[in-house]
Amino acid sequence: MELGQMQKSLQDYTKSLFVEGILDSQFLQLPQLQDESNSDFVSQVVSLFFQDSDRILNDLSLSLDQKVVDFEKVDPYVHQLKGSSSSIGAQRVKNACVVFRSFCEQKNVEACHRCLQQVKQEYYLVKNRLETLFKLEQQIVASGGMISAMDLGF
Amino acid sequence: MVCEMETDQIEEMDVEVLSSMWPDDVGTQADNQFNVEKPAGDSDTLKEVDIAEKRTMADLKRLPELLNTTDQGSSQLTNLVRQWEYMQDHAVRLLREELKILTRQREEAEAKELKIIEEHNFETEEPESVPVLDETSHLFRRFRQKKRDELVDSKRVVIDEEFDTVAYWKQKALSLEKMLEASTERERRLIEKLNESLKTMESHSAPVEELTQNLKRAEGFLHFILQNAPIVMGHQDKDLRYLFIYNKFPSLREQDILGKTGVEIFHGGGVKESEDFKREVLEKGKASKREITFETELFGSKTFLIYVEPVYNKAREKIGINYMGMEVTDQVRKREKMAKLREDNAVRKAMESELTKTIHITEETMRAKQMLATMSHEIRSPLSGVVGMAEILSTTKLDKEQRQLLNVMISSGDLVLQLINDILDLSKVESGVMKLEATKFRPREVVKHVLQTAAASLKKDLTLEGNIADEVPILVVGDVLRIRQILTNLISNAIKFTHRGKVGIKLKVISEPSFASDKEQNETSVWICCDVYDTGIGIPENALPCLFKKYMQASADHARKYGGTGLGLAICKQLVELMGGQLTVTSQVNLGSTFTFILPYKVATSDDHSDDQDEFSDMVDHHQPEPDDTTEGYFQFKALLGSIYSNGGPVMGSNFLPHKAMLTSPIKLINGSVADPSNSSGQSQTVQVENGGYMDESESAHQYGNGNGHRCSYKESESCSSSQASSEMESELTVSSPREEEKTETEVKETSQPKILLVEDNKINIMVAKSMMKQLGYTMDIANNGVEAINAVKDTSYDLVLMDVCMPVMDGLKATRLIRSYEESGNWDAAIEAGVDIKTSESEQGCERSTDRLPIVAMTANTLAESSEECYANGMDSFISKPVTLQKLKECLQQYLQ
Repeated sequence: MELGQMQKSLQDYTKSLFVEGILDSQFLQLPQLQDESNSDFVSQVVSLFFQDSDRILNDLSLSLDQKVVDFEKVDPYVHQLKGSSSSIGAQRVKNACVVFRSFCEQKNVEACHRCLQQVKQEYYLVKNRLETLFKLEQQIVASGGMISAMDLGF
Repeated sequence: MVCEMETDQIEEMDVEVLSSMWPDDVGTQADNQFNVEKPAGDSDTLKEVDIAEKRTMADLKRLPELLNTTDQGSSQLTNLVRQWEYMQDHAVRLLREELKILTRQREEAEAKELKIIEEHNFETEEPESVPVLDETSHLFRRFRQKKRDELVDSKRVVIDEEFDTVAYWKQKALSLEKMLEASTERERRLIEKLNESLKTMESHSAPVEELTQNLKRAEGFLHFILQNAPIVMGHQDKDLRYLFIYNKFPSLREQDILGKTGVEIFHGGGVKESEDFKREVLEKGKASKREITFETELFGSKTFLIYVEPVYNKAREKIGINYMGMEVTDQVRKREKMAKLREDNAVRKAMESELTKTIHITEETMRAKQMLATMSHEIRSPLSGVVGMAEILSTTKLDKEQRQLLNVMISSGDLVLQLINDILDLSKVESGVMKLEATKFRPREVVKHVLQTAAASLKKDLTLEGNIADEVPILVVGDVLRIRQILTNLISNAIKFTHRGKVGIKLKVISEPSFASDKEQNETSVWICCDVYDTGIGIPENALPCLFKKYMQASADHARKYGGTGLGLAICKQLVELMGGQLTVTSQVNLGSTFTFILPYKVATSDDHSDDQDEFSDMVDHHQPEPDDTTEGYFQFKALLGSIYSNGGPVMGSNFLPHKAMLTSPIKLINGSVADPSNSSGQSQTVQVENGGYMDESESAHQYGNGNGHRCSYKESESCSSSQASSEMESELTVSSPREEEKTETEVKETSQPKILLVEDNKINIMVAKSMMKQLGYTMDIANNGVEAINAVKDTSYDLVLMDVCMPVMDGLKATRLIRSYEESGNWDAAIEAGVDIKTSESEQGCERSTDRLPIVAMTANTLAESSEECYANGMDSFISKPVTLQKLKECLQQYLQ
């Protein structure tokens, strides 16, 4: 594929992430923090997010599957996930977490299970999309292109 | 009715043991037991049944007569007669059959005889030659028959002698004679039997005896069935006099009942009704049933199901009634109980559903309110960003038009912020989230401060005055934050609607008001009445009622003219009521209004400055308080327009927080950061107060519009000496000297790189924040929770702490409280008490820092639990809402690291 075309599709793809509400403007903060000294800050943060979230979701599933659900344990996990997703701008994961926490407060096990599924769904969606995004970027870099913060913007 | 009851209830009733209809222990005298007949001694089916008592009595003379004259009676007799006739018929039939059998037997015998004779004839014809005897002698014929019988029975008479000899005939005659004898014998027996039968027939023919027995049996059967049944039966004539009664009340004697009417026998409820009912049946001629409850002295309250049928004589004339009553008291009671239960159940169900509905509505409301609060918070964070940026923009070089546009932008933004803050406050009070703090404070200082703040942004020629009565305690306990909020709100409201004259606050102690609840009253409590008065436009009387309602202003006209959210007074009222007080207003159009609130306060027992927790402690501690500062009862402030440049005195920017951050934070001044062209002369004391874009008063924004950097100033009135005032203001609004010195030292040591601590548990957040810091040219230390933060603060002298609120181990609020407690007390006792492991190697600089206040900025998520109010209440100076952006961080660092 031609470089210009790739850059165009990267832009479109990024735009679609915002349009669909998968990401919010907070994500735009990340490229701004990239400089020569740490040029792949975005992917570092995002992969840390993936690692962290995989672990949290795993812990959450375990906690919720207990016979007696300890909401004192569940809530901090959700809080954690909410914090990190909001930091990288994974808006839909964050929103799902907000709902999740309200049900934690009500100690509604059934609703929490539903929320967990919702959060997982949103998480895998954003993960999938971001991985595709990074792949596109890598392709562009491999073809000698540059990724500017503007490419990630609107 | 019973039949309507549910099946299980019926079953339940069925298993219950029936109590006897009449009490057991009431009279059993012999005359009560009227026996119609002797006990059945005969061998009928009931002979083993013990018919214990026959509580029947009847008018014996009348009864047979009755039986004879009534339909029912005659039919009974007819029945019995018919039965007897049937039995007689049966007996006759049996006898006839027997007779028939006998006749047949005789006929057979004759037929046999005939045959014998014929045979004999044949024999005579062939072997015999004695026809004379054969034809004439009957006897002879019999012999023959006999002989033939023997032949038939294959017992042929064996005659050994030769045929037609004398011996032969002799023998034959002999055997025939024998047969004849047997036949005669049989005949005799049959006759005997016939006679016997006739005799028995005669003995069976007594109908009376039979009838009597049948009657006995029927009687016995009835007793068997009825002896224990809770049933009363009776017959009454057409005057309703009893002729017959079965199973009457035991204590009544025969003469008490027979020949009398029900009304004559019983007294009480139901008697009349039953009498009427019987009469009705008698009149209508139709049998019917009714349930009647009796309330008599004799047997108390009992319910009977009564069946009454009219009785006719043979001429179809009514001659009386039969009646049958069954006692159903228990059933009725149960039925009623059941009905009541069902009714209760229905009521309870209705109530339950009502309650559920209410709960549902309440939950919905709460959710809506929380939603509102969250939304407001969500809106506030970005909006404060917008306003803050606009303010920063206003400090840059702008032409006139740009500045005007910007001013509109800022004032609009401020208005929205104010509105959102108001909504947040309201919804918090309403959803019960708002908590009141109890802190010691000095009312005089609060009043003074509020007036100073108001004066600072005053653009009108008004006099602001404060007047505190002598008896008002110097130190009281209450929620100073809220009280200040109320005062500020009322004062700014008053200023808004006053164009000339004065606005003031008056404080005095009053006796306990009538609405106060007794229990809260104790010796150390004092009620203080606070008047906020003005000489403004006043409020028309008809507008007073809706004054404290949400989103209401006196009139649409006013709303247009004066702006505002219409929430301020509503919040004031709610806050005052939350604190157990009352807010009222009196007003006269064109003369002014007075808002009065009365609140209970506890009088602080000690006036010790060392444990003084109030917001002004640092301010008070940092400079030598004026001797009369705590007891001064009168203040006056005036806006001196346009005097700033002429006197060259202290000029201050008025853009500080009116009632929130200002109280809790030492206001940092950004010297010279105001790029104001008109101020280029280098007035060193012209300062701008940064507050993170957290401005509540719309007035504060207007100052930007007052020409090029025109600053409002204040001037102490004669009552306070001007030197006092200036030194006081200086100490409040500029960095106090000890800190300045220390800061310089630190700066020298650290080569002007400020030390920042980030307290955060989320790795990703840390990573992002760290990168942002790096981008902004700072580095920072990381603590993962409150405990680590405290240890870090203890060991290192930081210039700024960014504190996450919600963290494991120890949250940010508690950590901040502990740090503040250290700053006040100079030791970490509180932290140690809270379980924090403090390493005891206290460095000297720790003591040095203990007088200083470390800026702590909260990082909050958008939840009610992490509200900005709570952050301030716990000693934080400001907050950044999450997620943190470069811009927010930059603003924060600019504010605190200059």
